[in-house]
Amino acid sequence: MGDIFTRTAQWFADPSHWSGTDGVWHRFGEHLWLTAVCLVISCALALPVALVLGHLGRGGALAANIANAGRAVPTFAVLVLLFISPLGNSGNTLPTVIALVLFAIPPILTNAYVGMREVDPDAREAARGMGMTGGQLLWRVELPLAAPLVMTGIRTGAVQLIATATLAALPGGGGLGRIITAGFALRDTAQVVAGAVLVALLALAVEVVFAILQRITDPHGAARRPGKSAKDVRGLDRQNPPTDDRATAPRETETEPA
Amino acid sequence: MNDPSSLAAPAADCLIRNDWICGTYLRTRAGDLASAVAEHVELTAASVLLGLVLAFPLALLARRVRVLQTPVLGVATVLYTIPSLAMFSLLLPVFGLSASGIVAAMALYSLTVLVRNILAGLDGVPEEVREAARGLGYGPARLLLSVELPLALPAVMAGLRIATVSTVSLVTVGGIIDHGGLGNLIYDGMSSDFKAEVLTASVLCVIIAVGADLLLLTVQRLLAPWRKAVAR
Repeated sequence: MGDIFTRTAQWFADPSHWSGTDGVWHRFGEHLWLTAVCLVISCALALPVALVLGHLGRGGALAANIANAGRAVPTFAVLVLLFISPLGNSGNTLPTVIALVLFAIPPILTNAYVGMREVDPDAREAARGMGMTGGQLLWRVELPLAAPLVMTGIRTGAVQLIATATLAALPGGGGLGRIITAGFALRDTAQVVAGAVLVALLALAVEVVFAILQRITDPHGAARRPGKSAKDVRGLDRQNPPTDDRATAPRETETEPA
Repeated sequence: MNDPSSLAAPAADCLIRNDWICGTYLRTRAGDLASAVAEHVELTAASVLLGLVLAFPLALLARRVRVLQTPVLGVATVLYTIPSLAMFSLLLPVFGLSASGIVAAMALYSLTVLVRNILAGLDGVPEEVREAARGLGYGPARLLLSVELPLALPAVMAGLRIATVSTVSLVTVGGIIDHGGLGNLIYDGMSSDFKAEVLTASVLCVIIAVGADLLLLTVQRLLAPWRKAVAR
């Protein structure tokens, strides 16, 4: 095992591993493209439902059940089921996209829903009192206040997509997972490790990029930074909500790796 | 299903037709299914228990030495971000193509969830309760075991349930090296395009996950009957 680092480094150093259809760049492109497209589809499907249900205060059980189902159903099983179903006859793209979207929806939906429900009722009341309509309330009060959790959901969904796209290589999809599965087929430990390093780095990079995006787009986070008066943000400080029973289960753990 | 001539052609047909649901498959491969379920449960139990055994000292250490809390939670977040196939591939040089590699990878995930939830649970213990216990002459060990841990139990159990359910579904990936419990059957069914095998193994996975969750919920209610279970 001692020289596995050397052999992995040698694998990375070989230019033939970077070019061509099986090369790192092509697989990386596939992975990123698949993730981006599916993230857009997942958001388009999950966010409207979550925001409207959250606004209306309905469907809490649905949101919780979707999160639980997303955790209990094995990603690998769903991928294989879709690939060997009639959907798989048309090629690899459709089953891969469906599986990816299915597993990205739960974190996006539940986080956005919880974010909407956690909006301070006083803020909602005040907006109503100012004569805002339901739509104005949603867009101008609730959504901005729920934005940090909506972004957390999108970030978790994106990381989930990277993970599911990796697994899609097992039944024959594209992406960086193919480097790992090919490594297993060739009994080439260095290639397996190299592929795993690439996948892990990509997942971490996505996490970091979204964490930065979240910091930039969070207006209240900005308001809390030094230089602003604490008075401006009083009552809006939802980063430190009062502890209750629900708060003891950290939010981040509402998702699972895949 | 009460067809007396179960060996006749019509009954075997579902195998030939490659149906999704096939009674003949269930009957003829019951032994395979049972041993796959057993392996699945063993792998899950080993991973979660290993994670739990490692998580407690880590969480207690991170709580005592506050400087360590940020790095411990940071490492946990990083580990949690790594996709399962990559996680267990990264451990391949250490464990080889053995079941220990799967258990180690899954234990790392459980560990991260559990450390976070144990810390959150212990942080949620009201300071007045601690003060009261100290006033009654409780030492640190007794305070932890008979006051803090029972109060942190709902959060710990919530973490344990998440870790267990996730592990049941993630273990399937071990099918790639033939150490994935029901994942082996899914992998095999994938290679041979055997629909009944894939669907049956997938459904059994979900049943195990739901069963384990209900079992832990019951344990939680028995251990902390004074408190209604946390809904997650």
